[in-house]
Amino acid sequence: MNHHSVPAGEGITKTERDRRRFIVGSVALAGAASLPRPSRAAAPPGAVERPVPDDPAKTPGYPLEDESYGARSQFETEVRQRYKTATPLSSWTFTPLQDSMGIVTPSGLFFERSHAGTAVIDPRKHTLFVHGLVARPRKYSMRDVKRFPSISRLLFLECSGNGLTEWSKPTMPTVQGTHGLTSTAEWTGVPLATILNEVGVRSNAKWLLAEGGDGAAMTRSIPIEKAMKDCILAYGQNGEALRPEQGYPLRLLVPGFEGNMNIKWLRRIEVSDAPFMTREETSKYTDIRPDGKAVQFSLEMEAKSVITSPSGGMQLERPGLHEITGLAWSGRGSIRRVDVSVDGGSTWREARLQEPVLPICHTRFRMPWQWDGKPAVLQSRCVDDTGYVQPTLGQLIAVRGLNGPLGSIYHLNSIQSWQVGNDGKVINVHHY
Amino acid sequence: MSTTTEFASGVAAAVALAALVCGAASAQTGPVPTQPTYGFGQPATPSDLARFYSSLPDGRDLPKGSGSVAQGKAIYEGQCSACHGDNLQGGLGDRLIGGRGTLINTDPSKAPVKTVESYWPYATTLFDYIKRAMPLTAPESLSDDEVYALCAYILSRANVVGANATLDAKSLAAVRMPNRDGFIPDPRPENFPPPAQAPHETKAIAPPK
Repeated sequence: MNHHSVPAGEGITKTERDRRRFIVGSVALAGAASLPRPSRAAAPPGAVERPVPDDPAKTPGYPLEDESYGARSQFETEVRQRYKTATPLSSWTFTPLQDSMGIVTPSGLFFERSHAGTAVIDPRKHTLFVHGLVARPRKYSMRDVKRFPSISRLLFLECSGNGLTEWSKPTMPTVQGTHGLTSTAEWTGVPLATILNEVGVRSNAKWLLAEGGDGAAMTRSIPIEKAMKDCILAYGQNGEALRPEQGYPLRLLVPGFEGNMNIKWLRRIEVSDAPFMTREETSKYTDIRPDGKAVQFSLEMEAKSVITSPSGGMQLERPGLHEITGLAWSGRGSIRRVDVSVDGGSTWREARLQEPVLPICHTRFRMPWQWDGKPAVLQSRCVDDTGYVQPTLGQLIAVRGLNGPLGSIYHLNSIQSWQVGNDGKVINVHHY
Repeated sequence: MSTTTEFASGVAAAVALAALVCGAASAQTGPVPTQPTYGFGQPATPSDLARFYSSLPDGRDLPKGSGSVAQGKAIYEGQCSACHGDNLQGGLGDRLIGGRGTLINTDPSKAPVKTVESYWPYATTLFDYIKRAMPLTAPESLSDDEVYALCAYILSRANVVGANATLDAKSLAAVRMPNRDGFIPDPRPENFPPPAQAPHETKAIAPPK
């Protein structure tokens, strides 16, 4: 990323952080033998501030720390940013996609959405109840859950509200704000079908309720055929236990469906013959059309792509070769193709897809670009293996309507435009 | 045809299809559920499950108990008004009443007003949500009688039930919400024609003043 300077979040610029680090580092180095270690507060989240020698090859490094968990470099500053809702107990944080590499999101940067804060649950006391239209209602401790044969799978999650600020006008300055409510992880757990077969689902079962054990007791109804097809009771994320904010010790994964259905802190599954019509599938996560009718159970996340670099807030330092790179994903399957335009959609070139290209997973695309120093509008457009083509914002609005700031909110999956000025500044624009 | 029935019939067809293509789905197609393969875990007893009830719109599984508008008013003023407002107008929490007639909207600058009164299709959802998740700082702290009373108060302020109403399992399920028929199954996947040829406009974020 030599030619891009990346904006840092929370009102602190990267330069400012660098300056602070320099000051702290200098002081610490001057008195390294006698002064206590610099306070952790000086380091970026997830890092430990350490003295920086002039020549690291001419001095031993710091000792290996047995039993330590490990921290990222003190020079890395990307962080999640919270959307400023009225209360941090019901809020969401965005993944810094502008800094993303490859397809896996580090667990500490994986986006969050919760409705009553992050629950703290002792796994030794956690129980999953499975009941309703089943032959044998059953309860499972976490030890029981982990005894079942497990699977691991790379899957993206996306909040159905990802991009909700962008319907009427370009609003968020960076890709973190416009698209940061999606992330990818490798999840490990038990196929939900395994446990449903254990309890014996009745022939008249059509839906099941998944309920969280958090203060919101978040609930969604899930079609039984989806539950049997590919849902996972997950306790692992990226090779370790789930993070608390991702639902520790147990969450449901509903591959390709709205993020909020992937119930965190999962405590109960109730099988039924009809949807429960919970708050989160009636008054929320539904979209009103201009005729006043609301569409409900918009479960699958449609194909979507975005250029993560260069993207809003970045600065191209000089004309010449730049790599355009980004992410594409579809809740219905694999990404078949991504096209990139540098002239606002007049002409398109096919981007190279980085392996692995997996179903219901972020796919990285890349394309080299010779910037001639003139204004440009960068766009990406993906096609998934159902043949679905990512629409322009105009096409999406023509179908869904632009029904006011709180009408159509969810499932904005249209083509994103980044405008490059002749000064190299990249900004968020609408261009369709 | 009710929303529930529409979804149920659509899903029934999908289940039948899934059974044909997916062996795992055979469990719910035969009259006798499969025998357990692993047998892990323990039976969940009625007392284990007594804490949990999620009502369906037909009122199944609503608990015993009842509450009146007057009782609900007192509880609301003590436990709810700080976030939802003295007049249910909202604040930190959602606005609860008003907004009828605002859902049909062609003005992109105007927001439809989505409240229990104008938007929620089922009264049972109100009971379910308050019981599980409210108040924000002390969820699951209200008794069933108190939740029925709060439903009665909110629905009376929404002009859905009378000012002297008392609600219980039967009468709550019988409430017909104003927007009961306001929901339709999502028609997606949408099919988009080839993208328009000539983009017509570039709109940037307004520069800060």
